[in-house]
Amino acid sequence: MRKFTTIAASTLSSAVLLGGASAWAEDLTLCWAAWDPANALVELSKEYEAQSGNTMHFEFVPWPNFADRMLNELNSGGKLCDLLIGDSQWIGGGAENGHYVKLNDFFDANSISMDDFAPATVYAYSTWPKGTPNYYALPAMGDANGWFYRKDWFERDDIKAAYKEATGQDLREPQSQKELLQIAQFFQGRDIDGQTRYGAAIFTERGSEGITMGATGALYAWGFKYENTPGEYDMAGAVNSPEAVEALEFYKEFYKTATPPGYTDSYMEQGLDAFKSGQVAMAMNWFAFFPGLYQDPDVGGDKIGFFVNPPQNVAASTLGGQGISVVSYSEHQDAALDYIKWFAQPDVQAKWWSLGGYSCHNSVLNDPGFKDSQPFAADFLEAMGGVQDFWQEPVYAELLLAMQKRLHDYVVADVGTAQEALDLLIEDWTETFEDEGKL
Amino acid sequence: MSGYSITEPSRRQKWVAGTLVVLYALITIMPLIWIITTGFKSPVDSISYPPKVLFEPSLEGYVNLFTTRTRVSPEQLAQLPPPKRWYEEIVRNRDMVIAGPSRYGERFMNSVIIGFGSTFLSVFLGTLAAYAFSRFKVPLKDDLLFFILSTRMMPPIAVAIPIFLMFRKLGLSDTHLGMILLYTAVNISLAVWLLKGFIDEIPREYEEAALIDGYTRFQAFYKVVLPQAATGIASTAIFCLIFAWNEYAFAVLLTSGTAQTAPPFIPTIIGVGGQDWPAVAAGATLFLLPVMIFTIFLRKHLLRGITFGAVRK
Amino acid sequence: MARRIRGLSDRAIAWIFVAPTIFLLLAVNIFPLIWTIRLSFTDFKANRNREVEWIGLQNYQRILTDSDIWITMQATAHFLFWTIFFQVLIGFTLAWLINRKFKGNDLWTTIIVLPMMLSPAVVGNFWTFLYQPQIGLFNYVVAFFSGVDPSSFEMIGSVKLAPWAIVIVDTWMWTPFVMLICLAGLRSIPDYIYEAAAIDRASKWRQFWTITIPMVLPFLMLAVLFRGIENFKMFDLVVQLTGGGPGSTTELTSINLKREAFEKWRTGYASAYAIILFVTVFGLASIYVKALNKVKER
Repeated sequence: MRKFTTIAASTLSSAVLLGGASAWAEDLTLCWAAWDPANALVELSKEYEAQSGNTMHFEFVPWPNFADRMLNELNSGGKLCDLLIGDSQWIGGGAENGHYVKLNDFFDANSISMDDFAPATVYAYSTWPKGTPNYYALPAMGDANGWFYRKDWFERDDIKAAYKEATGQDLREPQSQKELLQIAQFFQGRDIDGQTRYGAAIFTERGSEGITMGATGALYAWGFKYENTPGEYDMAGAVNSPEAVEALEFYKEFYKTATPPGYTDSYMEQGLDAFKSGQVAMAMNWFAFFPGLYQDPDVGGDKIGFFVNPPQNVAASTLGGQGISVVSYSEHQDAALDYIKWFAQPDVQAKWWSLGGYSCHNSVLNDPGFKDSQPFAADFLEAMGGVQDFWQEPVYAELLLAMQKRLHDYVVADVGTAQEALDLLIEDWTETFEDEGKL
Repeated sequence: MSGYSITEPSRRQKWVAGTLVVLYALITIMPLIWIITTGFKSPVDSISYPPKVLFEPSLEGYVNLFTTRTRVSPEQLAQLPPPKRWYEEIVRNRDMVIAGPSRYGERFMNSVIIGFGSTFLSVFLGTLAAYAFSRFKVPLKDDLLFFILSTRMMPPIAVAIPIFLMFRKLGLSDTHLGMILLYTAVNISLAVWLLKGFIDEIPREYEEAALIDGYTRFQAFYKVVLPQAATGIASTAIFCLIFAWNEYAFAVLLTSGTAQTAPPFIPTIIGVGGQDWPAVAAGATLFLLPVMIFTIFLRKHLLRGITFGAVRK
Repeated sequence: MARRIRGLSDRAIAWIFVAPTIFLLLAVNIFPLIWTIRLSFTDFKANRNREVEWIGLQNYQRILTDSDIWITMQATAHFLFWTIFFQVLIGFTLAWLINRKFKGNDLWTTIIVLPMMLSPAVVGNFWTFLYQPQIGLFNYVVAFFSGVDPSSFEMIGSVKLAPWAIVIVDTWMWTPFVMLICLAGLRSIPDYIYEAAAIDRASKWRQFWTITIPMVLPFLMLAVLFRGIENFKMFDLVVQLTGGGPGSTTELTSINLKREAFEKWRTGYASAYAIILFVTVFGLASIYVKALNKVKER
């Protein structure tokens, strides 16, 4: 009991000491993926270090290993991370298995309101069970899968003419998935400036989540749903609907006819590589990389353009992004909460955006100047308006691995048909939900 | 025997055999040479087509291996004071600045601590047990072989399932101690087996004589037997060390940061925008080189140990 | 009698010396094995804190009827068969050549042995670079000698080639092991047997088949046993090379088991899987050892 009161008291005192240096300095470790925004966060956090006297350490894990290693860390009750910027799908497991500290009381005590954050991001990154006011994270980094292209090529008269001749249409930012494929196929194998170019770099990675994140871009656009009735886990007819089958066949055709050779296991890094080295005309990737791409000395600036995942039957994008959580095994929970409190401030959020992090704070997003602050800012708002996420169930990893396997088997390894792949996927998922007692 | 021997191969035979073996050896070390040379290439040279055999050596891979860097705009770069050190200059040439040290040094040190710790423990305990097995009637003596074989038959992933749960309960996950104990347990049966062979070869008469001279069994053990077994102990130690040094499956499953060793870390070295192969190669070189040097200089003991360990079973 | 008076008794010393080792083996080998067997009858998931239920043999039944697991078994069998085939072929040939005792043979032997001393994970990771279409050294060398376009084939990405990509690297790494064991076998053949054969005017060819091969066979079989066990457990090298892909083409049992145990966290299910693997290897190895002993007796 006594220990509890001291903890409560210290939480309170660190809350009282807002802004000023805390009475004691602590070492905090924040875990995240190793990518551009993580570097921006290091930069941003310097201010926090100066203000609080706490020292920040960072453990950044490359994306292909991120989920694997961090979930292992959480499941082993590890104390490595005090703060974790974990993927959106982890929230169910994080909450139900007690990995994350529930933040409601802390939010109330420090008058942090979730109404100040974009509703879609709060829903996706913070709540469990979904949509209820039970918060296990603060939205930290909004993200969705989007596209970028070589604007300089799209604007060249000879290429425009060739495209017109080949397809009878004008070359423009694609307005539908099918137009996207048509443009990619047009560029596939084309000689530009004496080099062979290819259509687009898409996600095909097998090991973590790559091909699922890529293919759902097409699936969602065709109107794919996980369940007929939300919350009922009735997947037959939804997961393997004719639209879903068509979308998956589309993704395979895209992979076979419009991507560079050798991209059989490619995710973020490989996609960026292909684009930066001038191999491809277009590429899908997370918005998180767009600030870095825009600054790129070779393909950035005037040479690059951005667009939201094109609709087919509906407008939809695959959700990325993360919330920041306090790990329940941490021995520095107060300091970790203190960091979140600092991070939630509107001016810190504004700086976060200016450094290249996608703030989810309304004061940033609703700012009249936001849309023009970056060439991709308006696209980001549009994409976030139509995001859909994978299952966020506590068993999400099992569900994801099944989908990775079925998609990669079908798309890359040529096993079976799209219909069979999705039927098998329903079998896998049904088994998982039965084990969970949800079916 | 200076004359003609019937079993001695002819000169021509030797020449042909020698040529073929050398040819195979050259092919087989190509990948290793490629690792070492790639570490000294610039990123552009490392991915050039056709692969470059001659190139201008660069230390960029090593600089990237030991640092984390952030990209800055040319304007920001121009405002910075001139680079103080040579490695800062290398990084600046890529429009980047050094943000801090990388984790490679820590991971390498973890490998050293866990490798030597577990080696010491397995050789220490192994020598004691091997002596007992060699000289006394001990229960389980005949099951030792079974132990060794059965521990070798379990896939490490399968072993890792209960170990993971056990470590979680005991708070040993991601700790040096946990990994040292685990590697010791994996190594010890082989260590006992190898050492028992070495101790068996030491004539019992030496100890008997010492005992008659008034030594206790304990004294006879460390004053007579240990010095005799020194070579055997050393070569066993090298085996244990190499195993612990190279181990990957347990390390990737049971460590995440604090005690993570180099093998699970090296494959995750990635650059800013694309895999940084020179940095990966630099990391691999530093990690593999000690073992290569060990192998070449201690080849007599090592090669004997490999066959000895396997053939005696 | 003097020993018993001064210092500890032999019996006590024996126990003190052996106890820590036995304890460690019990704690880290035997106890976990028993625990695994226990878990294999439950639906335990290590990432959940919910009620654990006894489900009897359900896990075993599910595994043995799962067609996906049979596919990974096939991939493992392919890998096992071909790695052993090539390693025995090349390993024995090398040992036989080295046994011609040419000058400097021990240095060259050491160089050949180098790959097997190195960390499979680190080396496997680097081989993905050697296997890159276009820029990879392997593709370049193959292209150089065969004339095909180096970017026209993907060792790791193609369903047809990936199973061979892992066989090649494993063969590169572990042929020296087979070679060393064979060499020990060859060197164990006393010269006088050959001398006697030569006096009987047996041809070299005949000597090879009637002396060399039978005498080396037990050693060779031992090498096969060890490689078989090792490659049945194969994880680090292949997981770094292909990660089990493309699709599930190179998903060996250990990789599959890792996914079940540490990515899906189906601990009970994975435990049953582990036990099945253990029993399989154990059974196969026992039969094999019996055969080996028969060969030795001859």
